[in-house]
Formats: sequence, structure tokens, C-alpha cells
Amino acid sequence: MKVRQLSIFMENRAGRLAEIMQSLGDAGINIRALSLADTSDFGILRLIVSQVDKALEVLRKAGHTVSLTDVVAVEVPDHPGGLASVLTPLREAGVNVEYMYAFVEKATDKAVVIFRFEETEAALKVLAGARISVLPAETVYKL
Amino acid sequence: MIPSAIWDPEFECMHVDALRELQLERLRKVVRRAWGHVPYYRQKMQVVGVTPSDIKTLEDIRKLPFTTKDDLRLCYPYEAFAVPLEKVVRIHASSGTTGKSTVVGYTRKDMEVWTNVVARFLVAGGLTSKDIVHIAFSYGLFTGGFGLHYGAERVGASVIPVSAGRSERQIQIMRDFGSTALVCTPSYAVYLGELVQGMGLKPGDLKLRVGFFGAEAWSNRVREEIQAKLGLFATDNYGLSEIIGPGVAGECVHQNGMHISEDHFYPERIDPDTCEPVGPDRRGELVLTTLTKEAIPLIRYRTRDICMLMPGTCPCGRTGARMSKITGRSDDMLIIRGANIYPSQVEEVLLDVKGTLPHYQLVVSREGALDRLEVRVEVSEEFFADEMKKLNELDRQIEHKLENVLGIRASVKLVEPRTIERSEGKAKRVLDLRPKE
Repeated sequence: MKVRQLSIFMENRAGRLAEIMQSLGDAGINIRALSLADTSDFGILRLIVSQVDKALEVLRKAGHTVSLTDVVAVEVPDHPGGLASVLTPLREAGVNVEYMYAFVEKATDKAVVIFRFEETEAALKVLAGARISVLPAETVYKL
Repeated sequence: MIPSAIWDPEFECMHVDALRELQLERLRKVVRRAWGHVPYYRQKMQVVGVTPSDIKTLEDIRKLPFTTKDDLRLCYPYEAFAVPLEKVVRIHASSGTTGKSTVVGYTRKDMEVWTNVVARFLVAGGLTSKDIVHIAFSYGLFTGGFGLHYGAERVGASVIPVSAGRSERQIQIMRDFGSTALVCTPSYAVYLGELVQGMGLKPGDLKLRVGFFGAEAWSNRVREEIQAKLGLFATDNYGLSEIIGPGVAGECVHQNGMHISEDHFYPERIDPDTCEPVGPDRRGELVLTTLTKEAIPLIRYRTRDICMLMPGTCPCGRTGARMSKITGRSDDMLIIRGANIYPSQVEEVLLDVKGTLPHYQLVVSREGALDRLEVRVEVSEEFFADEMKKLNELDRQIEHKLENVLGIRASVKLVEPRTIERSEGKAKRVLDLRPKE
């Protein structure tokens, strides 16, 4: 159920993001989801891609600092209060969210939210108990 | 700790008062000799208006001018010699990587002193006549190979002059010949250790017992690594060709500071900026005077090496002052907001954070009237975290430790790998952007 996400250390410099995207594009790697967290000096680029291991190799070869992080992809009902219905059981169980970002699934127009939890296993249990649909990793890589 | 003996107890354990008396007597003699036989020195002394008769106490040494590597270069090749060449039995030269090389000569008596002071630190670090000494220093103009060679022979050990290079063959010789003592630079010892592990050798395959590493500055962390990888007891030794080569100072088995052979080399420590003496517990540049050298007497030679002197007497019984490991070069010293800063201090802090040293660079700039120090740190995978708060915490942690160690505030900037400029594989440690006055 866990999705492998790439995290890349990035300085805030013009053209940096474009360079990374170009080297992934040249290697035939598709980006499924992306988020960028930043301060004035540096940022962390987080990516879900079609071929994780290949992307890792390409990025390391290009000299980037990269790490793999387990995240969870949750399908969120596309109506008002949809995200709240996911977050409420988590809050009640005392599970902390480190960060999250969302994108829209092309086929179904449903929203998918990527979560990084402090404790991934505990979070998965809570989600299962609340009958919230967690997307299998393979599905996410192919989205 | 391992058992060890004392090679030259009469001088190594001399009572401090007697030692000071001997030093003064020898100092006056060497100053007279320099005045009488080296025109270059006499001129330098005349410029500051001092003559040999002004030296009445050891403190009077401060009246004498310093000697620098530049002085020796001006004397290239033989101008600094105080004896005719027929009295010289050996000539060495330092590498000329930063300019013209400096040439040094030894009389027969100088060779005797040199051999003896090397024997002192070898025995202090546990060498005995039963050892098989593997010397992986290069033999040639560099003083390391020959210096250690003659010293180890004097102790009575079996010496293998392997010289540098061809690392796999080095290990084969160690294994086949049963080498028990290793002599090389600490960085080469680390490399050999890795190679030994890579070759799948078991701890019992090598008989190494003791190691004597010098010619480079190294940390205690490196010592632990070498000891663990090669299964030996490692000591540090210090020397420079201008003074005599290896043998100026060396650690005993207490591994706590290098005993200076003070009966031959008189140590002073100065603030490299003001040239005033500094207290023993503060970092300062080591200044050495050769008390017995015949061929090239050197007076107040500025080594550019930064060290501290260790307080207290050593349990081993030796009375010579102990110097700490070299923690930097005065050429590298920066004065920022009045504080003396060495890149090695920053290095210690960074090494402390994750146990591994990232590439870093000190960038000094001026904003208005104030100097600003920024420390750029390349974020390798060891330092990287996927969470912003952890990276921010790392940033703050380094800044906090830097302020504690340096005494001034420095800002830390985390940068991407390979963004710090490197020349010949070495990172450029300091970028001083302040306008030159």
C-alpha cells in the first residue's frame, strides 16, 4: 500500500527545476505527482514517478541528493467535505500528517491525496478501519 | 595502551630546570654560529639591532627575528648553510608545490641527531628491536622515508624499505614478510585498511602491531579508523624538513600529545597575526629554533602549523612539552570581526554533526562595516532529510555549534552537491570576498 516517493534536495536557483525535469524526461520517466516545499534558500522536490528505481539512478548519476520516502495515496471523494472525511478519523486516532499534496486522477476525475505520516503503519490501520480507499502503489505509478 | 620503553632517558626525562639550562647554553651557541657563518642571518639580526651577546636568557629569544620559508627560498640552494659543503653528508629538499623548493643539508652529527630523535618516538610508540618495520613513505628528497628508515634501524628493528606506491604489493609484502610495524601517511594507512578489507583478508593474516603515521594532519577519528581496520596501535609524529624532518615530536603510548625533543628543538607559540606569544591552552603557530643543528641552524622558524601545548606532565615520565595534533595552518587563518578563525574548526563542527565530513566552504564578505561569515555545506544523502523541519533543524544545529566553537555568529547555507568549486580534486575551503585594503 505504501508508495515510494523520491525526495530531491534543491537550491533555490533559476533553472534548477527545469534541469531535473529534463534529465528525467530524457530517460523516458513520467511524473505522476509533484510537490515543492521551499524556504528562501533551499527546497525539497517530491516526486511520484513511473519508474522509481530508474529515476533514482538517473538523478544520482546527475549528482543530485535523493532519498526515498514511503508515502500513502488516498482516493478522496470528490464532494464538499471529502478531504475532511479522510482527515477526521486520522485526527481522532492521533495520527500526525507530516505533509500532503493533491492531484486529480485523469480517468475518474477523482482527487488523489499523497500523505506522508509520522507513522505510516499506524496510519494505514486507521484508514483501513475507516474504510477509506488507499491506492495500491502499482496503480499510482501507472496513473 | 601497549608496553613501551624510553630510548634516551637522560634527555627525554631530563629535569625541567636542567633542560632550560641546556637549552639556553645551546641557544647562545647556535645564535653565535648563525651570526658568524650565515651572512643572511647576520643581516637580519643587524636590521633589528640585535647581536649574539644580547641573548642572556631563554626569553631573550624574542629579540631575534623570525625565519620563514621565503627566507629559505631566497637562500636557494646553499646560502643558508653554516658549514662548507664538504662537511655535508646528506641533502634533502621539500616539495616545491607552493614555489621554489627549500634545500636542507645535514652534517654527520646532524644525521646522528636525526636518527636519534626518530628512534625516540619509535620507541615511545612501542617499537622494539624485534619488530619488522614496513616503510611505505617514499624514499627520495622527501625526508620521511630515510628519516624513519635510519631511526628504526638504530632501534634494531628489521627494516623493509618498501617505499610508496603499488598498494596491493604492499599488502602482499606485509603478509609474506610478517611486517609488525607500519610507517606511512595516515591517509595512506586508511587506504591500505580499506584495501585489506576489500581483499577479504582476515585479521590474523597480517601481523601488524604498531603504526607510526605522520607528514599530514589527522584527527583522532582517523586514528580509530586506522586502528580498527589494520589492527594496530597508531601514534602520531611531527616534523618538517626545514627543522630536521620527522623526529621533531612524537606521541608516546598514551596517545595524548606529541613530545617535543626540546633538547634539540626549542618551541615557541605565537599569534600569527600579532606575532606575540600565546598561552599554552590557546591555539597558536608553532615556532621552532634548532638548538644543535650544524648544517642549517634555523632560528625562530615559523612552521605555519597551528597547535596547542598540552598542560601537565605525561604519565610516561618524559618531560618535553607535548604539542597537540596540528589543527590548521596559519596561512589559512581568517580574522573575522576580530576573531581568529581556522577552517579546521568548522571542519570539526561539521564532522561532529553526522560523523562524516561534507564538502564545505567558508565565505567571508563585508556588509557595511561588518564582516559576515557564511558556511556553505553540501547536502549529501547522509545530511538530507525529506522533511523541511529536519533540514531547518540541521541548519540551526550547525549554526549553534559554530557559534560555540568560533565565538562569532556564522550563517549556514545548505547547498546542492558539487556546487562548491574544486581545484585538483580538493575543495576550495575559503572564499574571502572582502575588499582588500
